[in-house]
Amino acid sequence: MILLTRRIGFYILTALVAITLDFFIPRLMPGNAVAAALANLHSQFTPATIRALELQYGVGTNQSLWAQYVHYWDGLLHGNMGISTSHYPATVTSVINAGLPWTLGLVGLATVISFTLGTMLGILVAWRRGTALDNLLPAMTFFQAAPYFFIAIVLVAVFATRLGWFPAINAYDQTLVTPGWNWGYLSNVLDHAFLPALTIVLASVAGWIVGMRNVMVTTMDEDYVLVAQAKGLPKRRVVSYAARNAILPSVTGFSLAIGFVVSGALLTEIVFSYPGIGYILQQAVLERDYPLLQGVFLIITFTVLTANLIADFAYVLLDPRTRQEA
Amino acid sequence: MAIGTGVGAKEAPSVTADTPVRGRRAGGLRIPRSRKVLIGLGMLVFFVLLGVIGPLVAPYDPTASLSRTNGVPQPPSAAHWLGTTQTQQDLLSQLLVGGRSTMLVAIMAGLVATALSVIIGVTSGYVGGLVDDLLSMLINIGLVLPALPLLIVMTGFLPKDANPSDLLIGLIISVTGWAWGARVLRVQTLSLRNQDFVQSARIIGERGWRIIGFEILPRLVPIIASSFLFTVIYGVGTYTALAFLGLINGTHWSWGTVLFWAQSQTAAQNGYWWWWVPPGLAVALLGTSLALLNFGIDEFINPRLRAAGLSRRRARKTGLPRRFPLGVTPVTRPRALVPPTAPVRPAAEEARS
Amino acid sequence: MTPVHAGTLDQSAAAGRSRPGEPLLEVTGLCADYGIGPDAVHAVLDADLVLHRGEVLGLAGESGSGKSTFAYAATRLLRAPGVITGGEVRFHLGQGRDIDLLAADEAQLRRLRWAHVAVVLQSAMNALNPVFSVGDQLGDVLQAHRPDMDRAARRDRAAQLLDMVGITADRLRSYPHELSGGMRQRVMIAMALALEPQMVIMDEPTTALDVVTQREILSELAALRDRLGFAVLFITHDLSLLIEIADSIAIMYGGRIVERAQATALFRAPRHPYTLGLLGSFPSLHGPRVHMTGIAGSPPDLRDPPAGCPFHPRCRHVMERCRTELPPLRPDARAGVRNPRAVACWLQDGSVPPPAELARSEPGPDPVAEPAPDPGPADPAGGAA
Repeated sequence: MILLTRRIGFYILTALVAITLDFFIPRLMPGNAVAAALANLHSQFTPATIRALELQYGVGTNQSLWAQYVHYWDGLLHGNMGISTSHYPATVTSVINAGLPWTLGLVGLATVISFTLGTMLGILVAWRRGTALDNLLPAMTFFQAAPYFFIAIVLVAVFATRLGWFPAINAYDQTLVTPGWNWGYLSNVLDHAFLPALTIVLASVAGWIVGMRNVMVTTMDEDYVLVAQAKGLPKRRVVSYAARNAILPSVTGFSLAIGFVVSGALLTEIVFSYPGIGYILQQAVLERDYPLLQGVFLIITFTVLTANLIADFAYVLLDPRTRQEA
Repeated sequence: MAIGTGVGAKEAPSVTADTPVRGRRAGGLRIPRSRKVLIGLGMLVFFVLLGVIGPLVAPYDPTASLSRTNGVPQPPSAAHWLGTTQTQQDLLSQLLVGGRSTMLVAIMAGLVATALSVIIGVTSGYVGGLVDDLLSMLINIGLVLPALPLLIVMTGFLPKDANPSDLLIGLIISVTGWAWGARVLRVQTLSLRNQDFVQSARIIGERGWRIIGFEILPRLVPIIASSFLFTVIYGVGTYTALAFLGLINGTHWSWGTVLFWAQSQTAAQNGYWWWWVPPGLAVALLGTSLALLNFGIDEFINPRLRAAGLSRRRARKTGLPRRFPLGVTPVTRPRALVPPTAPVRPAAEEARS
Repeated sequence: MTPVHAGTLDQSAAAGRSRPGEPLLEVTGLCADYGIGPDAVHAVLDADLVLHRGEVLGLAGESGSGKSTFAYAATRLLRAPGVITGGEVRFHLGQGRDIDLLAADEAQLRRLRWAHVAVVLQSAMNALNPVFSVGDQLGDVLQAHRPDMDRAARRDRAAQLLDMVGITADRLRSYPHELSGGMRQRVMIAMALALEPQMVIMDEPTTALDVVTQREILSELAALRDRLGFAVLFITHDLSLLIEIADSIAIMYGGRIVERAQATALFRAPRHPYTLGLLGSFPSLHGPRVHMTGIAGSPPDLRDPPAGCPFHPRCRHVMERCRTELPPLRPDARAGVRNPRAVACWLQDGSVPPPAELARSEPGPDPVAEPAPDPGPADPAGGAA
């Protein structure tokens, strides 16, 4: 329990750091990008909006840095991340809310599949050392090295454009189905999510496989695995004895990797024009929609921290050594 | 970028006093025998050459539109080996020129990030106490904060027409890439520090920086090398991603930039494969070559990771199974393996085989 | 070799205890290497040993002498890159059935393991799986070898096993990290006895413990042996331990067995210079103060062993012959049938008179000792060629 409390405290601290970074980066970066952007917007937005934006970025105000910081926090705690300049007049919060569920669904599903598949394959490769399976490893490095969006592009070009098996863009086909809990909609969504999810799985599974394999190889050298063999236990049992221990560093590795997986997933969304956070992010970048950019950064960070926390919970559940009785 | 999901790949066992320290052995530099390491090395050499001579042999200026006949990208032809973009820019030239930028940024990121990780990680592990607490908290924050989004915010706030140099980009990327190496080095430094040979050096009164420099760092070299390669892979991927997003100036040629322009014309959906295959493949292969080298270093640090098992010929000759199953020690046909200088065995044993 | 079916393997466990003194495990000419080809390290060379039913056989030697390798090789538990390159390991199940462990396949080994031969490792912290409870780890062998037992029966048996080593049943739910070192070792012993095997191999079981706990464990072990009658192959570097518990002792050096004798005979009248050195290496609590000598030099590098006798570089009584010719392990002619012993030393082959310290007279029959082993039709138990 103490472990979890410390971890939660740490995540809160990290969130604070992220928020503070989010506040300072616009002000620290050389060149006056924000002021220049705001100058362009005078014609399109209401003066009140311009004023709010200026306040948010401390442009042309006499407020001290600290006062701006407090104001920034004030907005955040009220769930107000400003107005999105590219989706004007929508607020940043509403734009993100529209895209977040798509990303969470896609990334969540794909990551679970990838981790499970990768872990099991890793165990298999480790157990059957010295056979042809070992040759799988260098092939895995190619997938690990290929950028997410490259794999995405390959899948689109082959399966969507060339073969036409799956759709190439969007989360669902608006002309065909309407959102709701009906099978038509859901199957359409799954159809559209297949290639993006496959991209994420292909790009990340190699890491889990190699990682799990390496940990298993080390674990199989442990004395308790030898004892399990000496006990004459069936092979399945011996493997599970080793795997049950090897999963622990794997879960830790999951925590470390989740940031990369999310980043890769964002890029994947761009290729597929999948209306999640990644797509929103790209638009924000192209339009230099600064409030949206900052908001997306915060949301991504919070999501990664939450995923880390969940992984920590899982670790505590799996490792009895963390549950020291008083 | 797919790199970074490697899990326990970096949970290497402790470096100990017995870990071979390069240069102190009579053999010096050992040429690796593993096939995949050699392949990786070969590919890397190719890419380095590409980076060096690329811009010099590029047939055209990558930004120049060579004709305005139509607004459709042209497939590969004799004049344009890799085809053209929709404004008739030569893609081969873009690839060759972009190669140098990609590699420069990645190497720069790798060097700076590795240096940072060594300084922070080793200091944290060696000094201990409050310094360690603070630095390891810094490391953990650096690990958890998602790198690409942070970089996107950082580069996003640069002025729109800014065109930072390769070295500057590498520097910015390195700000997010040091945490992982620092964590590993901290753990290894901690374990080395508690070993007898370091303790005795401290008792003698040897200076801290001398201990670090002569006892600890040499033993960390394989891990630092592995961390460097890993960070370069990260640098390649991240730079490509940033360019793909459009955060790098569109005329600052790199492989990611080519992909950005390809995506702007939805090249994948439109079937302009010659536009996105070469740069994407180049990035993937460069990363693969570095990862293969990393395998070699991993196996050097942890010999248990070497591909186990015998070649088919060997297995047949010795009568052993191809893989050594755990818990069932193989028994050979002794006659095949008795070396000529072995001591004479009693007759009873000869009779058995 | 008689084919062994699953049923007979289980029956003979019970039958085994009925004839104490007969050979249980006969190892002949065992050779084990690490690695293959010219770089192979010969860790065990030509080892001959016999363990009798109900006997405690101590296997002593320095680190790197090959004693653990020997035990693991004999039971096919040697880890990669270990390879067995020669020899025969005959396990007598009782009722005339026996099996060559080196020729057995995986299924046969699996049925044999733990039910007939169990292992207790050195550091119980590593030998117990940290993520499973004690009860689970005691019960898994029951699940594997006694499929007729249901969960409740397994739990009861596990509690019974813990009770046997003096641990309360509520510990069934504990995890290894919640137990002290001594308790963990006791759990390991209880685990080893779960199926009432005919023999238990103990690899330095008390080395990692403090002396007080060591004493407790050893006396528990003696009590369990009295009760269940299993044989023990006790591996240790600490010869002084073997005084207490061993019936017979084998000394290993440089991968070879250099001396083999009944315990009392070995202590009172050692024949090999290395044994003498070992005996002189630990002080006794009583008696006059002696100048400790120890053994000069260090154990041989198994990758590049010396020619001739492996001990000759460190031997006080080295002769020319020792440098070039390997002394075979020969039965000691002077010993009687009651105290069979063997030694591998040119000083003892009769060609030269041995030094006085290596020629003490055999101790007389110990009135409290167990009855001498049944001589059997062939050589005195333990003879090789």
